[in-house]
Amino acid sequence: MEYETFDHEADVGIRGYGRTLEEAFENAAKAMFSVMVDLRRVRPLKEFHVVAEAPDTETLLVEWLNQLLALAHLEGYLFADFGVKISEDGTRLEGYARGEPVDRDRHEIAVEVKGATYAMLEVGKEGGRYKAQCVVDV
Amino acid sequence: MELNSLVRKGEYEWEIPKRGDMRVPGRIFASRRLIEEMDDKVREQISNVASLPGIQKASLAMPDAHWGYGFPIGGVGAFDPEEGGVICMGGIGFDISCGVRTLRTGLSVEEVKPRIDELAEALFRKVPAGLGSRGKLHLSMSEIDEVLRGGAVWAVEQGYGYQEDLEYIEEKGRMPGAKPENVSSTAKKRQLHEVGTLGSGNHYLEVQYVSEVYDAEAARTYGIDKGSVVISVHCGSRALGHQIGMDYIKELYKAAKKYGIPIKDRELACAPINSPEGERYFSAVAAGINCALANRQVIAHLVREVFQEVMPEAKVEMLYDISHNTCKVEEHRVDGVRKTLYVHRKGSTRALGPGRNEVPRAYRKVGQPVLIGGTMGTCSFILRGTEEGLEKAFGSACHGAGRAKSRRQAKRTYRGERIIQELRRKGIVIKAHSYAGVAEEAPGAYKDVVEVVNAVHSAGLARKVVQLKPLACIKG
Repeated sequence: MEYETFDHEADVGIRGYGRTLEEAFENAAKAMFSVMVDLRRVRPLKEFHVVAEAPDTETLLVEWLNQLLALAHLEGYLFADFGVKISEDGTRLEGYARGEPVDRDRHEIAVEVKGATYAMLEVGKEGGRYKAQCVVDV
Repeated sequence: MELNSLVRKGEYEWEIPKRGDMRVPGRIFASRRLIEEMDDKVREQISNVASLPGIQKASLAMPDAHWGYGFPIGGVGAFDPEEGGVICMGGIGFDISCGVRTLRTGLSVEEVKPRIDELAEALFRKVPAGLGSRGKLHLSMSEIDEVLRGGAVWAVEQGYGYQEDLEYIEEKGRMPGAKPENVSSTAKKRQLHEVGTLGSGNHYLEVQYVSEVYDAEAARTYGIDKGSVVISVHCGSRALGHQIGMDYIKELYKAAKKYGIPIKDRELACAPINSPEGERYFSAVAAGINCALANRQVIAHLVREVFQEVMPEAKVEMLYDISHNTCKVEEHRVDGVRKTLYVHRKGSTRALGPGRNEVPRAYRKVGQPVLIGGTMGTCSFILRGTEEGLEKAFGSACHGAGRAKSRRQAKRTYRGERIIQELRRKGIVIKAHSYAGVAEEAPGAYKDVVEVVNAVHSAGLARKVVQLKPLACIKG
C-alpha cells in the first residue's frame, strides 16, 4: 500500500510512502483525499499548479496538503493524482494536482477535511523507504 | 489515564501536580470512570499547556476531554499579556468559533411531531450542508470584509433576523478587534459562497424538545418548559476559519522560534499576545468569530423561513448562541486580583455565572445558558453558568459528548443506512447528504453525554437546566 489512513481519537491520520521523498509527499496527498472520497471515482480531468514554502521539510508537508485543500475548495474540485519536486534543502516544492469538479451524487463524499495539522507530523526514512504523515482535522 | 499520576482534589476534580517546567498545575474535571477512560495523551497535553508563558492558575480539561492538537479538545487556558502570556493556535483550532445556537419555536412536541417529516424535509432542502454545497449568499471581496467586521450585526443589517436576536449572542453578535486586513485573500475567497452553510463532520441542525426539566426557574427564565420544541444549530466559521488556521499555523510556528518560546510540541505554535504576530493572529481570530456568528445568524433566518412556510404559527426566537473554539478577552479574579486575561477554550464552552455583564440582561440572575450538543440518537442539554465555575474554571464547561470511537473505527462498525433506520424506529428523522458521514457520527461513536454533563454539574462548573431529545436531525 502506497498510502493509508490511521486512527486518531477525534480525527484521522494520513500517511504516504515512497521510494523518494517526493513520492511520499504525493502519496500523503492521496491519503488525505481518500478520507473524503474513493479516489477511483475521481478522474484526472484538469491539472493545477501548486507552489509551497515552509521553514523545514516537515512543515512543508503540512503546507503542501493545506494548499491542496484550499485549491480544491476554491475550484470546487476533488484531486486524486499528484506530482511534486522538492528543493534540495527541503523547504520548497513545486507540484501539480489533477482531478475533476465535485459531483455530489457520483463521488459519495464522506466528510470534508478542514486542515492538515502538526499532530503526529513525521517526514523521514523508515526501513529503506520514505514516509510522510500527519493528522488531518475533519 | 493512570490514576496514580493524579491527586484527587474532590469527587470530580483531579490535579496533575506541577513538575518539570510546568508553570501551573493541571486540573481535570471528571468522574472516576471518565478519567479512567481518558487517553493518557490528554494528561501530556494539559502538562504541555501548563508550561506556556503567562498561563494563570491551572491548565484545565473538561470531562469530555480528548486528545487534540497541542491543547486537548475540552481544554481551557487563560493567559495574562502582562506576564508574557501567549495566544496559541492549538487553543483555538481550525474551526474558529464553532458553536451552538438554540432557537425557541413556541411550539410543543405534540404540535410538531405529526408534522416532523415535512419539517425535516423542508429544513434539509433549505439549509445547505455537506461538502461542495453553496450558500444562497454570493458576496464580493468588500462585502466579506463587512461580514468579518460586523458578524451577526452585519447579517441583521442585511435583513437576516432581528435586532433583538443580537442581545442573545456572545459579544452581542459582534466580536470587537477584528481586522479583515489580517485575513488572507485566499481565506476570504473561500468564504464568498459559504455564508449560511452548515458544513459536514459533526455539524448538524436538530429539531429537539424538552424531555426533562431539572431547574424550573432557570428554564422559565430561558423561555422553555417541558415539551417545548427548540431548534439547535451546530456549525462554525466554515472555510474562512479553516484557512485562517492554515495561514497562521506556519506564522506562529516561526514566531515561537523568534521569541524563544519553549514549546514542547509543534502544535503549540504561539506568539506573545503583546507582539505584532500575536496581535495579528488575535485580530484574524476575531474576524473568524464574526464569520461564524454571521453564519449562524443567516442559518437561523433560513430556519425562520422554513417555519413560516410549514408551521407559520411558530414564533422563532433566540434562546442563545455560544462558541466553543475561541480566544476571548475576559476579566477574572486570580489570587484575589482582577486581571484581564486571554481565555482559550478549545472544544470548551463559556459558562459565565450570574451577575456577569456578558450575560444577557434577561438571564443575568440565573447565569448564561450553556448549550451542550449530544449525538443524533441520544440527547442534548442546556445548563446554566455558576459562580463556582467562574472560580474553578474561568467560567467554562464541556462542549459535547466527546468521541469514544475514532472516525475510522466508526466507519468500520456502523452503516449509515442502518443507523438511519434504527433511529427512525425510535421516532427520530435523519436527513443526511452522506451515509458515510452518518456512520462516522453514529451515537455509539461518542461517549455517554449524560455522564459528561453530570460530571460538569457535580463539579459545579454549570448546573443542569433541561434535557433535550431529538425529533429530527439534518447532517452534512
